[in-house]
Order: sequence, then structure tokens, then C-alpha cells
Amino acid sequence: MSTGVEKPERAAPEAGRPAPAVPGREGHEEAEELGVRLKAYEGRPAAVGGVGKDPVNAPMIRHWCEAMGDTNPAYAGPGAVAPPTMLQVWTMGGLSGHTGRSAAYDELLGLLDTAGYTSVVATDCEQEYLRPLRPGDEITFDAVIESVSERKTTRLGTGYFITTRMDVRAGGEPAGTHRFRILKYAPARRKPKDRPRSRRPRPVVNRDNAGFWEGVGRHQLLIQRCGGCTMLRFPWLPGCNACGSLEWDVVEASGEGTVYSYVVMHHPPFEAFDPPYAVALVELVEGVRIVSNVVGVPYDKVRIGLPVRLEFARFDDEDGELVLPVFRVREGGEG
Amino acid sequence: MREGEELPPLEIPITRTLIVAGAIASRDYQDVHHDAELARQKGSPDIFMNILTTNGLVGRYVTDHFGPDAVLRKVAIRLGAPNYPGDTMVLTGSVESVAVGIATVRVVGENGIGRHVTGTVTVTLPPGGVS
Repeated sequence: MSTGVEKPERAAPEAGRPAPAVPGREGHEEAEELGVRLKAYEGRPAAVGGVGKDPVNAPMIRHWCEAMGDTNPAYAGPGAVAPPTMLQVWTMGGLSGHTGRSAAYDELLGLLDTAGYTSVVATDCEQEYLRPLRPGDEITFDAVIESVSERKTTRLGTGYFITTRMDVRAGGEPAGTHRFRILKYAPARRKPKDRPRSRRPRPVVNRDNAGFWEGVGRHQLLIQRCGGCTMLRFPWLPGCNACGSLEWDVVEASGEGTVYSYVVMHHPPFEAFDPPYAVALVELVEGVRIVSNVVGVPYDKVRIGLPVRLEFARFDDEDGELVLPVFRVREGGEG
Repeated sequence: MREGEELPPLEIPITRTLIVAGAIASRDYQDVHHDAELARQKGSPDIFMNILTTNGLVGRYVTDHFGPDAVLRKVAIRLGAPNYPGDTMVLTGSVESVAVGIATVRVVGENGIGRHVTGTVTVTLPPGGVS
């Protein structure tokens, strides 16, 4: 993604010109002014009198061919030529930096950095090869800033395309041209990780279960009892599974129970919950089972058979009050 | 060879090794091509292949097909979906035009998330042509 014209490590300072609070969203006038300033760099040099750090050489050719999996015999042995697509490689600054890079190009990138367009990605490379490069060829190059686009919005973010055109010479003779386009952009903002937790889902209360939720509001866990056969049932249903009777009354759970089964939720994350967390199926001493959370113990300490006791927890938020039955590990139950 | 002829596809596993080896062989030390942590800090899910490596692979794909006597004259590529480690890129090509001793090939490289590269390669062919 770099070229003979690479991104500087730091933005060039631009006195008295603070970056906009939201990069790429500066006011219309500011954007227009920036656009005009950027356009002024068109036609100015990007690199002048650049010199390749190494002459074309067999080891770099071999390393390239190994990386690319290119076994073309034209690139090896006596009479080898360099893969033409290495054209840009011979102009790269590497870790020690560039030669010949122009002040104008540094200024242009610095201007964009300061305006908040700090990221860079290469988008286009167009090369024409005029003659083969052979080991021993000394590389020199010059480059010009061919164009700076209008401000564009892409999937990566908003920014400006900068196109440079480089003339590469070998032993002073034209060897190829290299047109390179980068997008200098302000990354599109992603959802911050510390976003406010969304509200906990509310129970769906209807005619069949309203009595249960009214009980919860009074800190009572109510179990239905069939009016026909006295079978206890939970969750609440209009009729009895055992005898079909629609008659029922309620008994209040004592609150004692044990973990009958459980799962630990890791994925998918829901915004209202912090994974990992345990979801338990608690068997009450009355014999019915209820899905709930186990509190007072880490998620990875929840076990089948763990003795638990009912309590009522508040989950009030901007939607209002919310009380839910949860189960706390009974003393002596942990570990 | 005739216009419209398809080149056999070339499947390239995008390994971390290929990405790093390609970046270093092209003397491109931008951290997004070798340091996953810094790449993530810059908003990328992982390191990704640099454009010089893509360029080299496109060139190789064409010369692999036409043989060692074919010579690349122009390679023009445009990048789209990045090549991340663990993905596979499949290069396909079709001969766009053929004249005496010269052919233009349209190359496309698709990976698991979309179109990584589209390009046009002009190659000169030895007298007598290639199969």
C-alpha cells in the first residue's frame, strides 16, 4: 500500500489549524477551502531525483519470486530479468525512509492528516514496462502529483484520492511508468465498544400470565395449581396438562430449589447482557421448574444440584421499574 | 488463442505467511501488512495483503498461463475487498483482445468477502504464439 511516496509517520504540523471535531465532517465552507488548497498540489512534484536503494539484484528477485510462488525461468539463472511487476519495489524506501520525496508531497499528506484524514490505503496501480530490468541496473525516478480528487465517501470512510505518476529509469534510460492511487481518509466511525447498555427486555404480560407478574410485583413467586387434579404447573397456562381442567388457583413457592440444569451464554452477545453468564433451570422444592439467573456465584461455578433460594432483584432503567425473580446460591452451596 | 478464451482459475490461499512475505519482499513495512494488533488499532480486522503482492500475483497468473517467453507490458489493477489471512483468492482471466504478438487479458480475483482485484494485463507473445 505504500509507494515511492509513502505516508509520513507523523502529520506535518499546520499552525493554527485545528482538526475538525469530526474528521471529514467539517463545515461546507471549510471543506471547500480544503478542497481548493488540495487541488493546488496537482502538477507539483511528488519525488525528485529519487535513487533506488539497491540496484536491481538477483537476491531480491529470488525473494520476490519465492513469496509470489512465481517459478518463471525467465526470472532465474544467467540472463535473468526481474519480474516486471517488481517495478515499484526498486523505488521503495523500506525501513530507512525515502530518497527524493518532495516537500510538496509531504505537505499535501500533512494537510490531510491535520484535517483528520489520517488513514491511507492503496486503491490502484497502473504500470507500463518499457524495457526489462536486469541485475545491476541502477534505478532512478521522479514522480508528480497528477490529481487530487474531490472529497469522496467510500465504505472505508470519507477522503480524497491522490494519484501520482512515477517515471522509473534504469541507467538513466526510461524503464517504466508507475501510476499509483491512494485514498487518504478518515475511517468511518464504528460503534464504540463502551456504548450505553441497552434496556433489559420486558416480560410480555397477557391474560394468561398476568397473575404471575402481579405476584412478582409483590415479591411472591406463584405456582398454578389445577382445580381438577391439584397438579402444580409452571409456567402459567390456561389449562391443565394432566386433566385438561380450566379451573385453577395458586400456591406461593417457598423459594427453595436446586439447579436442575444450566447453560453458559458466550455467544451471541445481546446488548442487555454481559456474556458470559449462566442461565439456569431451577427446580423448586414444589417440583416445578423455572428458567432464571443464578446470582452470588461466578458463571463458571454454577453446577447441577447447586442449592439456591429465591429472591427478587430490581432491574430499573429508563423504561421504568422492573422486578424479576432470581436465585441466589444458598450458604454452603458454593464450591 | 482467441478472444473470450478463459484462463484456468488459480486458487491462492491467503496465509499470514504469504501476506508478510509479500510485503517484505516488496520492501513495504507498513504495519497493517505484518502487525495484527496495530492493524486492528487502525480499524482493520487483521493484517491484509499489500497492493504490490496483488500486482505480483496477477502478473504471475498471466505469465504462468502464457509461458516464460511471454513478457508483461502493462499491468493495471484496482483493489476492492481486502485479502485477510485465512481467506482464499481465486484468480480468473479471459482474453479480451488478441493482435499479432500481443494479447490483453482481463483478470479478476475474488475472495470470500468479495472482489479483491480487477485488472487488465497486456502481454507480448513470442512469434509463433502460444497454445
